[in-house]
Amino acid sequence: MTDTATRAARVVASTGARRRPGGGPRAGTITAFVTPFFLPFVLFYLVPVGYALWQSFLAVRRTGGQYGTSYTTFGGFEQYEKVFQNTEFWSSIGRIALFGIVQVPVMLFVALIMALLLDTPLLKLKSVFRITAFMPYAVPGVIAAIMWSYLYSPQLSPLVELLNAIGLRPDFLGPGAVLWSAANVSTWLWTGYNMLIMFSALQSIPQELYEAAKLDGASNWTIAWRIKVPIIAPSIVLTTVFSIIGTLQLYAEPAVLRQISSNISSTFTPNMLAYAVASGNNYQQAAAISVVIAVITFVLSFGFMRLTSKKAGL
Amino acid sequence: MSTPSVNRESGLSRTAAMAVMLLLAVYFLLPIYFLIVAATKPQGDLASTNGLTFSHFDLFDNLRVLFTRSDGIFGRWAVNTVLYAVLGAAVGTMISALCGYALAKFRFRGREFLFSVILGGVLVPTTALALPLFLLFSATGIVNTYFAVFLPSIVSPFGVYLARIFANAAVPQELIESARLDGAGEFRTFFSVAFKLMTPALVTIFLFQFVAIWNNFFLPMVMLQKESLFPITLGLYQWNGQTARAPLLQESVITGSLVSIVPVIVVFVLLQRFWRTGLAAGSLK
Repeated sequence: MTDTATRAARVVASTGARRRPGGGPRAGTITAFVTPFFLPFVLFYLVPVGYALWQSFLAVRRTGGQYGTSYTTFGGFEQYEKVFQNTEFWSSIGRIALFGIVQVPVMLFVALIMALLLDTPLLKLKSVFRITAFMPYAVPGVIAAIMWSYLYSPQLSPLVELLNAIGLRPDFLGPGAVLWSAANVSTWLWTGYNMLIMFSALQSIPQELYEAAKLDGASNWTIAWRIKVPIIAPSIVLTTVFSIIGTLQLYAEPAVLRQISSNISSTFTPNMLAYAVASGNNYQQAAAISVVIAVITFVLSFGFMRLTSKKAGL
Repeated sequence: MSTPSVNRESGLSRTAAMAVMLLLAVYFLLPIYFLIVAATKPQGDLASTNGLTFSHFDLFDNLRVLFTRSDGIFGRWAVNTVLYAVLGAAVGTMISALCGYALAKFRFRGREFLFSVILGGVLVPTTALALPLFLLFSATGIVNTYFAVFLPSIVSPFGVYLARIFANAAVPQELIESARLDGAGEFRTFFSVAFKLMTPALVTIFLFQFVAIWNNFFLPMVMLQKESLFPITLGLYQWNGQTARAPLLQESVITGSLVSIVPVIVVFVLLQRFWRTGLAAGSLK
């Protein structure tokens, strides 16, 4: 049966009816290649984005006081005004900003140092180190947070026991520390991944580039900072943008830590706030929060790309 | 310039580099080592013995408890996870490959526009989609079914982006032309010529998408109420929240975490060369 089909196709092809004059495939064939991806993409990416936008401009009103029936109507920017007047929203943004300003540079600096070290002849056991750093990438955020929450727990943690033994009394889940305990989980999860992006970029630099510098007596240190880092700058920008996006989406790690710490509220991060609001059936407000988070994400990641590409003169 | 000073410098650098890397390796391994140790202990020893040293070896008993708890719900979660993440990534890779190949190899009007729209999708955070999807799915009755998690998971704009790059790099235009001259249809050319050449790239796309689904906690949490539909992550999260009332669940949370990450780590390490090709391509502009 397949044979008949292909023979038929061949006959049609040889008459030229299947081809456009330019030599490419027919529009129908192109549609058949593109649609299996594009249809779900429209349904599960574009439509929800449009739907969230639409919802965010609606408002629920009641007729005749507290016991009246409710109905949905156009509310203009009402939901957005509410978002911007919501102190919980601003404190979640403040928290995440503090988190990002500290955690992202620390993580990327460690990743860069590791990538540079793995690219020098100084180390042995390179593949062991590379695999070790990459391993956490296989662990989902929820499970990573569960693992670390046992290491933070005052009753079960061998770390707390160790620190107690040398006279320290750490409280990883205390009001001041818990944000940094969550930051540590993110750092543990993503350092190896970012390191591998930078390392792959380093590996694609031709060795001859360093030869001249080496002949001039430049140290490994100078070569690393003056030659390698500027060349892999686009990868560093990319990892930064990914990290900014990831930070703004933070949900699973603080949600798990919340199970053992009363110092994480249900509105700790913007996404937790959106979920909490949606759970209270206030979908229009939740949609507005989601839209604001998405806009902030876009502005920050594009802004950062712009800023760095201007600076580097790219 | 004297050679001994260079040697001394590099000797010192070698030691410093090794020390830094060892310290970091301990940091990355510590939670996993802790999990392995804790999974072998009886519940009672978790608090009473040091977390970094083995005590009574009870791993097999812990596994038995894990897989029999609540009528073996953990096994169910494992099967669900495979359905969502493995099958979802396989279907997703297939459709990404078709679309990326078409964007790379066919010339048609609107091609660049289509590609820009898809690239824009890379920047849309999946968590931002979960709540509106929930509303849409509850209107159509898909909410709280397998499809509620499976369908959105198969879409990966990043996969299409990678597939386009890889198709351009791995499939020579002349090969496609000669297949056409032989009278092969476009699908036949794709499956018999391009698919083989793109296989390493497809493994990379599959791995990326697998991780994205495996990591996506927000979507199943928003979509699913029925325990029997949970992936492992959501199930363990729920158990973890109950440990205050049922402390005996702790050991199952720990053992369950270990059981679910070990196979993934093993596969990742075995396939690590595919990661590097993908990450290198991903960082190209």
